[in-house]
Amino acid sequence: MGKYLVRRLINYVVLVFIATSLAYLLAAVSLNPREHFQGRNPPVPVTTQDRILSAYNINDKTPVLDRYGHWLDDLVHGNLGRDFDGGYVGANLSRRMWVSGQLLLIGTILGGLVGVGAGAWAAVRHKRVADYSLTQGAFFILSCPTFVIAILLQVGATRLNDAVGHRLISFSGQSDPALQGGFFSHLGDRLDHLILPTITLMLVGAAGLMLYQRAAMLDVLGSDYVRTARAKGLRRRTALTKHALRTALIPSMTIFTFSFATIFVGAIFTEVIFGWHGMGEWFVQTIQGNDTNGVAAVTAVTAVLILIASFLQDIIVALLDPRVRVG
Amino acid sequence: MTTAAEVRTREPQPDESAILVVDDLHVTFPTLGGTKVRAVRGLSYQLRRGEALGIVGESGSGKSVSSLAMMGLLPRTTQISGSIRLDGKELIGMHDREASELRGKKISMIFQEPLSALTPVYTVGAQVVEALRVHTDLSKERAQARAVELLDLVGIPNPRERAKAFPHEFSGGMRQRVMIAMAIANDPDVLIADEQSTALDVNIHAQILEVLQTARRETGAAVIMITHDLGVVAGLADRVLVMYAGRPVELGTTDEVYYAPRMPYTMGLLGSIPRLDASGRSALVPIEGSPPSLANLPSGCPFRPRCPLAIDICAEEEPPLESVRGASHRAACHRKEEIETNGWSVGDVFPVPELGIAPVERLPREQRPVALAVEGLVKHYPLMKGVVFKRRVGTVQAVDGVDFDIREGETLGLVGESGCGKTTTLLQILELVKPQAGTIQVAGKDTNDLHNAHARKALRRDLQVVFQDPQASLDPRLPVGDVLAEPMRTHGYDRKHIDARIKELLGLVGLEAGHAGRYPQEFSGGQRQRVGIARALALEPKLVVLDEPVSALDVSIRAGVINLLMQLRAELSLSYLFVAHDLSVVRVIADRVAVMYLGRIVEIGVVDSVYASPSHPYTQALLSAIPIPDPDKERTRERIVLQGDLPSPADPPSGCRFRTRCQRFLTLTEGEKQLCIDRYPPLIPMGPDHSAACHYAEPVAVIPEQSKERKRRRST
Ligand SMILES: Nc1ncnc2c1ncn2[C@@H]1O[C@H](COP(=O)(O)OP(=O)(O)OP(=O)(O)O)[C@@H](O)[C@H]1O
Ligand code: SF4
Ligand code: SF4
Ligand SMILES: [Mg+2]
Repeated sequence: MGKYLVRRLINYVVLVFIATSLAYLLAAVSLNPREHFQGRNPPVPVTTQDRILSAYNINDKTPVLDRYGHWLDDLVHGNLGRDFDGGYVGANLSRRMWVSGQLLLIGTILGGLVGVGAGAWAAVRHKRVADYSLTQGAFFILSCPTFVIAILLQVGATRLNDAVGHRLISFSGQSDPALQGGFFSHLGDRLDHLILPTITLMLVGAAGLMLYQRAAMLDVLGSDYVRTARAKGLRRRTALTKHALRTALIPSMTIFTFSFATIFVGAIFTEVIFGWHGMGEWFVQTIQGNDTNGVAAVTAVTAVLILIASFLQDIIVALLDPRVRVG
Repeated sequence: MTTAAEVRTREPQPDESAILVVDDLHVTFPTLGGTKVRAVRGLSYQLRRGEALGIVGESGSGKSVSSLAMMGLLPRTTQISGSIRLDGKELIGMHDREASELRGKKISMIFQEPLSALTPVYTVGAQVVEALRVHTDLSKERAQARAVELLDLVGIPNPRERAKAFPHEFSGGMRQRVMIAMAIANDPDVLIADEQSTALDVNIHAQILEVLQTARRETGAAVIMITHDLGVVAGLADRVLVMYAGRPVELGTTDEVYYAPRMPYTMGLLGSIPRLDASGRSALVPIEGSPPSLANLPSGCPFRPRCPLAIDICAEEEPPLESVRGASHRAACHRKEEIETNGWSVGDVFPVPELGIAPVERLPREQRPVALAVEGLVKHYPLMKGVVFKRRVGTVQAVDGVDFDIREGETLGLVGESGCGKTTTLLQILELVKPQAGTIQVAGKDTNDLHNAHARKALRRDLQVVFQDPQASLDPRLPVGDVLAEPMRTHGYDRKHIDARIKELLGLVGLEAGHAGRYPQEFSGGQRQRVGIARALALEPKLVVLDEPVSALDVSIRAGVINLLMQLRAELSLSYLFVAHDLSVVRVIADRVAVMYLGRIVEIGVVDSVYASPSHPYTQALLSAIPIPDPDKERTRERIVLQGDLPSPADPPSGCRFRTRCQRFLTLTEGEKQLCIDRYPPLIPMGPDHSAACHYAEPVAVIPEQSKERKRRRST
């Protein structure tokens, strides 16, 4: 199994490099940082423009491959370049990464658990009310843009707050800046702000996984080995979890990366709507601001994350499936 | 080697209490459309302690459903009524918690689905341990030790190491053994072995039956053997229950049911099985039609539409299962007394068709033209490894030097275990291209000399094929008429000719001209196979290659198709290359037989001689493994059970390829063995038109003769 994983890891490193390079080149070619100078009064002289742009390595007059070489060189030295306002992309990134990290990590884990659990349960209750409602719900979430879900949740939370008479659930920003109090009240406040964005991401991630898990589980439920397990004298529930679910996890774990990607995309909207200053918000800002280095950095981080997810998926599948491990 | 008689328990005393009592069991499945599938309709029987009961019937007759009801493993929506008492305890309506405690402990079931019956993600050892630990409080270590003992008992070599393997590392036969180990882990009182209709390989099957007997001896359990093969239960069961359309139709001791059947369906079933001990080519008893749909049963006797003895009352009243003249033997037929009184036998009830013979068959073999000649045929596949960069890691010697020829009007049966190279040989012939080595001549033309597609197409007319699975080989979107017209259009027949030919073909295979407009899925399995045969005959070929043409068909339908093939051969002077793993089918249809092992022919010759005095140890083992539907013969027969599985064709043993499993090899002295290890034996003549590839070939009779005494008994 070790050899198999090392091989995959090398594959992924190569892929990350290619993906990041492509992202940089695409951003460099299609974004136009010079727009920042347009409409300025008094107009900025072209030579000054060029000086500033060149200093940030975003001058469209430099051949794109030269810029790329420069960027790579910096990258190797741990420098992700600077944005148009002169800030360091790296510093910005490391701050925002933790903000998004919180959301993504909790969202992914919860989404995974809820997706697998709901899918398996729907399959066991095949063609009954629980199955129909879960399946319909999943289709609804899948067909709904993330921001609609987020807004629906906000509306719900507002109603709830009104109903109980005070603010039970907060949904703007990461914390309440005016809050006084000790460590625990700050922690509570943070968690309170986490609730809605996390639920949004969880729903987005869980929906696809649930449908997939349900199908995988249905396949397995009618299988001969589940019947064998029952014939041995295992109770229904034991046979279902130990034999059916355990095996049905293998196919649904192979779409783990996919569901992570949907969560990631979901996170962009979620952050903007809930006023979180994370990677997603930054991604939107950098594109709007024609910030080549920023866009490249966000894309690079995304690529790394997706590939980490794929690698995790490989490890999980290898752990779950002896046919990969042994054979 | 074991004789069946050794392990057969004595007929239990009648006053001994029954361990299992099934009383008026009904099982109904509601379906989405609201119709009900009545899978079991009034089943009653008793199973005594230590007794072996065989339940026989065609696919869909309710055999499995009735046992699943016993195990409490039917879907929750199933409607079950009646009573099943295990050791006095009522099983129907029992809570799952209570039922789980009995399942696997007092009553166990062996599902014979070798590939899918074990959970892929746990080691086989862990699965046996689980079976032990659900019902006992054995410590983990004790349970593991016991699991290894059990695996050893069912014949897993190196059980201690192999227990750590996962199911996918085991062959089908080995997984089957693991199933048995789990089933007997807790010393059950009742053991149900449910055999799938899709047959296992002959050898694996024989091995499994042997293990099952060991299991029975060890546990003293009463056994219910569920099968579609009357041969299997003949030697093993004390009593036999025949089921048809969800009803028991005959129940009696094995001797009563086999030697004096009193219900026409049982009679037909017995007559429809091709028998290894048949004397020469012979027609089988066909049962016309097919079993009724369980969702829409006709009134009266369900067998009436197919029964040659049906009278008026049969359409009105369903006959109950009643004793024939107060004996323990019971049958469900309005005319059972008449059958008894008149002593009607199979031949009296079912008309056996006359088989003609082709004019060309009157000529001696040597004077007939050669339809197909294969010489030194070789097909090796490279064995590749790696996902992106493939590298050759070996060679699979699928076919490695095969010679045979088929004369006009002659049938050659090509037999052997799956994986021995039968299908590759056949595909090589059908491709009509130059083989890797050797030559193929079809109707006198060498495939080496076919230089263009045109010549190949012309020759293809002479050579047609019928596949195993009639379902898969017919395009479901084409009506049957188009299926038949297709090859004729390709070969430029004109419209009028085609239409006439379609009618003719349908008639030839026993279908109606009106069937041309129907789609394949509107036909039953047997009818679809007839369409497949008609398609093969469309271009008036000389040679037809048949790849397991009847192994997907139900017993009673199989006979009709075999008869049809024999009739067509006589009428049209066809030659057949008949590929099969079932040696009894080959016995009744073929003139000559070739036995293949690991890519080579080990014995070849006229059927009579090869079956009466098989001379290669492999042929002997194959023949002895096939059960004969005759209890007396089965009980006294010696079984040669081959050990292990087929070695990988990528790495065949040196010298004689069969030596790793050869029973003869074991009896040789060291000096004699050396020859087997060093040199591949050439085919040596064993008689006129009979040769075997074994250094120490000698004829051994493994099929008992059709005894005079039995023949007399059967006709009374
Ligand atoms: N879960 C189910 N739902 C609906 N119908 C079923 C179900 N299980 C079995 N049947 C039907 O019940 C009938 C009897 O099936 P059963 O499996 O007992 O046949 P069998 O005699 O064991 O056949 P085989 O030789 O093919 O194993 C068949 O018509 C089958 O289609
Ligand atoms: S009851 Fe009538 S139809 Fe049924 S088997 Fe007997 S004779 Fe035939
Ligand atoms: S040659 Fe030797 S090993 Fe081969 S079949 Fe004959 S006796 Fe057995
Ligand atoms: Mg069955």
